[in-house]
Amino acid sequence: MTQPHRLATGGHVDRATRLSFSFDGRRYEGHAGDTLASALLANGVRLVGRSFKYHRPRGIFSAGVEEPNALVELREGARREPNTRATVAELFDGLSATSQNRRGSLAFDWMAVNGLLSPWLGAGFYYKTFMWPAAFWERVYEPMIRKAAGLGRASRLPDPDHYDAAHAHCDVLVVGAGAAGLAAARAAGATGARVILMEQDFMLGGDLLNEPGLEAWRRETVAALAAMPEVTLMPRSTVFGFYDQGVLGAVERLADHLAEPPPHTPRQRYWTIRAKEVVLATGAHERLIAFPGNDRPGVMLAGAARTYARRYGVRAGETAALFATHDGAYDAAFAIAEAGARIAAIIDPRSDSAAMQRAREAGFSVKAGSVVSGTMGGNALRGIAIGAQGSGARGDAVPVDLLMVAGGWNPAVHLASMSGAALAWDEALHTFVPGTPVQRERSAGACRGVNGIGAAAADGAAAGRDAAIAAGFAAGPDNTLPDTLAADHCSYPVWEVKGRGKAFVDLQDDVTTNDIRLAHREGFSHIEHAKRYTTHAMGTDQGKTGGIVGAAVLAEARGEPVAKVGLPRFRPYTAPIAWGAMAGQEVGKHFQPVRRTSLHAVHDAAGAVWMDAGIWKRPAYYPKREDADAWASVLREARAVRQRVGICDVSTLGKIAVEGPDAATFLDRVYANTFSTLPVGRARYGLMLREDGIVFDDGTTSRIGPERFFVTTTTAQAGPVMQHLEFHLASAWPDLDVSLASVTDQWAAVAIAGPKAREVVAGMVEGIDLSNDAFPFMAVADCIAAGVPARLFRISFSGELAYEVAMPAGHAAHVWRAAMQVGATHGIEPYGMEALGLLRIEKGHVAGSELNGQTTAHDLGLGRMLKKKGDFIGRVLAQRPGMTDPSRPRLVGLRSVDPRRQIRAGAHLLVDGRDQGWITSATQSVVDPGWIGLGMLREGEARIGSTILAANPLMGEEVPVRVVSPHGYDPENRLVRA
Amino acid sequence: MLRIPCPHCGARDEIEFTYRGDATVARPGPDAGVDAFHDYLYLRTNPRGWQAEWWQHSSGCRAFLKLLRHTVTHEIRAVATATETLEVPGA
Amino acid sequence: MARYSGLRILGEGFRGNSGWQPAWRKPAPKASYDVVVIGGGGHGLATAFYLAEVHGIRNVAVLERGLIGQGNTGRNTTIVRSNYMLPENNNFYEHSLKLWEGLEQSLGYNVMMSQRGVINLFHNDAQRNAALRRGNSMRLNGIDAEIIDREGVKAMCPIVDLDNGRYPVMGGLLQRRGGTARHDAVAWGFAHAADARGVDIIEHCEVTGMIAEGGAIQGVRTSRGEIRAPKVGLAVAGHTSTLTEMAGFRVPIETHLLQAFVSEGLKPLIDCVVTFGAGHFYVSQSDKGGLVFGGGLDGYPSYGQRGTLPEAEHVYAAGVSMIPALGRLRGLRSWAGVMDMTPDGSFYICKTPVQGLYMTAGWCYGGFKATPGSGWCHAWTIAKDEPHRLNAAHTLDRFREGRMLDERGNGPFFWAQ
Repeated sequence: MTQPHRLATGGHVDRATRLSFSFDGRRYEGHAGDTLASALLANGVRLVGRSFKYHRPRGIFSAGVEEPNALVELREGARREPNTRATVAELFDGLSATSQNRRGSLAFDWMAVNGLLSPWLGAGFYYKTFMWPAAFWERVYEPMIRKAAGLGRASRLPDPDHYDAAHAHCDVLVVGAGAAGLAAARAAGATGARVILMEQDFMLGGDLLNEPGLEAWRRETVAALAAMPEVTLMPRSTVFGFYDQGVLGAVERLADHLAEPPPHTPRQRYWTIRAKEVVLATGAHERLIAFPGNDRPGVMLAGAARTYARRYGVRAGETAALFATHDGAYDAAFAIAEAGARIAAIIDPRSDSAAMQRAREAGFSVKAGSVVSGTMGGNALRGIAIGAQGSGARGDAVPVDLLMVAGGWNPAVHLASMSGAALAWDEALHTFVPGTPVQRERSAGACRGVNGIGAAAADGAAAGRDAAIAAGFAAGPDNTLPDTLAADHCSYPVWEVKGRGKAFVDLQDDVTTNDIRLAHREGFSHIEHAKRYTTHAMGTDQGKTGGIVGAAVLAEARGEPVAKVGLPRFRPYTAPIAWGAMAGQEVGKHFQPVRRTSLHAVHDAAGAVWMDAGIWKRPAYYPKREDADAWASVLREARAVRQRVGICDVSTLGKIAVEGPDAATFLDRVYANTFSTLPVGRARYGLMLREDGIVFDDGTTSRIGPERFFVTTTTAQAGPVMQHLEFHLASAWPDLDVSLASVTDQWAAVAIAGPKAREVVAGMVEGIDLSNDAFPFMAVADCIAAGVPARLFRISFSGELAYEVAMPAGHAAHVWRAAMQVGATHGIEPYGMEALGLLRIEKGHVAGSELNGQTTAHDLGLGRMLKKKGDFIGRVLAQRPGMTDPSRPRLVGLRSVDPRRQIRAGAHLLVDGRDQGWITSATQSVVDPGWIGLGMLREGEARIGSTILAANPLMGEEVPVRVVSPHGYDPENRLVRA
Repeated sequence: MLRIPCPHCGARDEIEFTYRGDATVARPGPDAGVDAFHDYLYLRTNPRGWQAEWWQHSSGCRAFLKLLRHTVTHEIRAVATATETLEVPGA
Repeated sequence: MARYSGLRILGEGFRGNSGWQPAWRKPAPKASYDVVVIGGGGHGLATAFYLAEVHGIRNVAVLERGLIGQGNTGRNTTIVRSNYMLPENNNFYEHSLKLWEGLEQSLGYNVMMSQRGVINLFHNDAQRNAALRRGNSMRLNGIDAEIIDREGVKAMCPIVDLDNGRYPVMGGLLQRRGGTARHDAVAWGFAHAADARGVDIIEHCEVTGMIAEGGAIQGVRTSRGEIRAPKVGLAVAGHTSTLTEMAGFRVPIETHLLQAFVSEGLKPLIDCVVTFGAGHFYVSQSDKGGLVFGGGLDGYPSYGQRGTLPEAEHVYAAGVSMIPALGRLRGLRSWAGVMDMTPDGSFYICKTPVQGLYMTAGWCYGGFKATPGSGWCHAWTIAKDEPHRLNAAHTLDRFREGRMLDERGNGPFFWAQ
């Protein structure tokens, strides 16, 4: 518990706060302000993971999001998060982490045998083998590959945390709070612009956190920003993507630094940000160098070693070497030396430089013109070999336990690239920088190759000011900027040191320089092909440290400059983001809204069993204690309708008020049948086609006044029909004077059906003579029902004498109760969707399963409804030969020959073994007990009376059925007209 | 993500709107035959570039609008009400 | 070119892997070919392969504007299945699935076809009935299909939340022979095998115009010169309209965006392909360990190959609703492909108004699974100048005739298919 590698002073950790944590079951201690990685290093833990393919031992390589190696399973149980980068995981008390992708212990992973087989496991080896015998792939080869592949283990348990989603608008969004970002935000904020500054780290400052001499400026700037009312500072917020029209996506981590989120607090919040102007100050990732053995635990990016020393007060090694290719890297050597490590050697391929001289003056051994040609060690680095640049010789061995590698800087151009900007090659820096912006964005600081804190801050201040001006603000006062010694960050391009042993360009996926060359040899010479063939830069780090190194190795193999080879396309996300955060709150029971009718509570009180009808909840049936099963309830309800009277909530039907001088003309054009001839006070069944002549929807439409119609639609098509009407009114017939209003929610409706329906309605409705002559089938009138204004329709879906009462939604429960009260003496029963379906199948009315977007009016036996004169939607294309083909399946009724044998919707209809149709709807009948259905059958009418087979091979059923007329119940409609 | 300038409501996110097809095709008159309706309903220029298209502000004012939008950059250059005409560059 | 095998790998391993040759040559275009196939995606390469393999037509060029396999072949969710309802479709896709089943052996290239099973969940009676109708249609056409109950779903994919708060799972339609394949390998494998049979695969060769005389194709103009051929096949899904415009006709296609996503790599978690029935979402796990998932269209025409946030939010939300354990995992990368959407959701493999010009197009977002079948039927149609019975119904003219192949009845709306 001693943290032997922790410095006594310095950095941004709070040594007074001790946090206990465990890694692979061993307990350690760290401090507030630590990441898991810095705390592990403080405790001398060097080996933290195993690589993807060869299971090579790996240590902490970076100090940020670019980490390829130090991935752990964080937390336990349902909160276990695989592949968590130890380098960005904030330490909290009680943190528990486990190493991943190993079999056996981390120190002895027997899958490491793969390393010995590496000559045969190179890029794309699996494409060339495992082909014989064919059946072995799924059974032998693939399970083997799958078990070996992958990284961490998912918990398999439901994520217990919840997530939030929010939206933000701003004048200037600044991404990244290093020197450039802070200066940009301050300059933009000074203009009065609304500024959001997002930083993925939990501390603001970026590289400033490694500069004790600039701490005062950092604090002063952060304090000034915090005091600006229009500036919002958002640490722990990763901007993951730059989308069209100034929209960016971000995830804010609200509780990942805690053991678990406090009650009622989301774990993370997903932000959609709309910014007028964007300043990208995303910094740069340090680049690895591909030398043999560049992956041993103890090989670390130089900037990372510096960060551990300066920010976290941790000495990442005791005897260190620095492999530098530019002057900017030398500060790492000074930092680690100040931290108490011995500098064994500084290896630099260049012959001389200012920094090299300073290093010599400081007493460091500087090996000019040299490169690291190899490394020694097993689970930890024990030494390096230093060879002369370009010689290919391995050279002298030097014992070290830390090798700091500085291959140069890769500007974090991800967001600029995603915004549409092309990338440009910078010859001095040997890297790609953002090209001309396409959207309203600008890059500042290291992410566009402006290195050094002072220069970056100045660049950021200018960008922030320019962005605010572009957003319409006047420039504010200038602020002091840090004055620092500019170091030369122009790296000497050493991409690779050739030699014996594996040199990795992608540490996570174990892609070596030889893999890249093999890909080139096999013709995968384009960077996109090479990437896919070798899996280079396809790991969780997406090649942030080595992507360009692989491109450079490919460039050399192709004999072309790196600029020509380029990089694979940058796509979201800049860093992996939690699935739950993207999902937000609309998950589980909130995945879609629930739509309830105004009678929901009434049904609930009646004990309804609910079913989903789209997003609606509707009663399926109302079980009673004496019902043996669900069917018993359904049959009881249906019998009540056939024999006495039933009441049903039909509020979900779509209702559209169509009004205006041209309303009748309009309806004539959108319906296949005629409405202009409909008298006021009457309803008519209407059939609506799509323009392609397929049936779209049906329903009854009533004429309330000369220029007022009340259109009803099916539940499912309420929205689409409304849009269909609006579209045609706007696009095809803007000259028609018609207004459309959806009144589905305003009107509730109940159907009262059965031989006693008239008595029930008479007992509650005032103002209408209900006699058959005065209020016949298809009559409509306004009335008072149970004392409230209502509209009465004499229409029937069940085939019985029936009425529908429509009333303002707020009165529905009152009207329903009144009907139940009046109906009690007549034996009224509420009936649900199941009984409704049974009744309409008996009657032969079509519904959603017949109006399925594939049937014509003719198919459904409704061909005679199509008017002969006048234009209407669907008229012309319904005449195409394929639409009128007599061999098309037609609607028929079906009856199971053995009344006890069930038939099911979805069974196919076989005639002499040939598939001739299918069952659309099926039910038990109450009129003539047994199983009946509706179906679509080729030559259906001609086959009425014959017996065919309902085949359901999925369930092993073959049931003989008799083909009958679909209109089996009261075909003359005597009952509905009674 | 598209930000669509509704002439009635102002700029709004794409989620409030519903795309409703190419706005350069017009429904043929009542006397047109199958071929004319076929072309109207099915054949599309499908440009890689500027396209005039119908959008409904379905979760807003419900107006049908015509947008001039680029199918590669997604830039929206012009918006018109249903009865106004949009000039499509290069068409 | 030497064949690939375990033995060859063994030998090469001892020689430092120095003996491997390009998987396909990089020839310069000749002045003329018997057949030119435009489009070096899976469908175009498969067309060339089957022209050579089945019809003996080897003097064939595949012209690719960029790199082979970089369009939709390399941007899909790798699902292979034949669980369609209409016989015109399910017979075609079944033929394709059978080709998949022997593809490694016929190409000599491991495309990692993994028959791990495809489950379509259903959540209510109407969906179950539709699944029954579809599954029974498959069975009656000799295609494997099973209906499984909740326990069956649990057995195949234990982490599915059967009782998800909004739409509990009722069961699923399972096709065990369905599964996934390694998408890039499909392009490379067809390229490798076609090349070995003499086909010229010409990358970085953009077609800029069609050469036609008297209504008959004579060849194409390209960025690398004129190439003559009496027969030209189009296999450029996503960009079909651009090419047919060069040939002087319009097609029933609108180009739309479809996003796809991959998670970080994980140890085996999902052993089959599962599709959610209550929202547009499907997921499987690649051999490398990433969860590969996707959803519906972004909803408006685009050639932009980049997606937008609202549809992504829906996809992730549907994922967590179906499998709540996903919430803890991380999305790694998202991308988008551009789809030829048709007004009935079914494809075109057919002759065109220009004599000698053929096309395989209109794959909506189901093209990957069709790759071998599309190439096979397209090659047949080109070689015989008439469609095979498997693609006889898949003409451009079917809308003029009113013979739509609308699996789900979504109607003549490109964006709704």
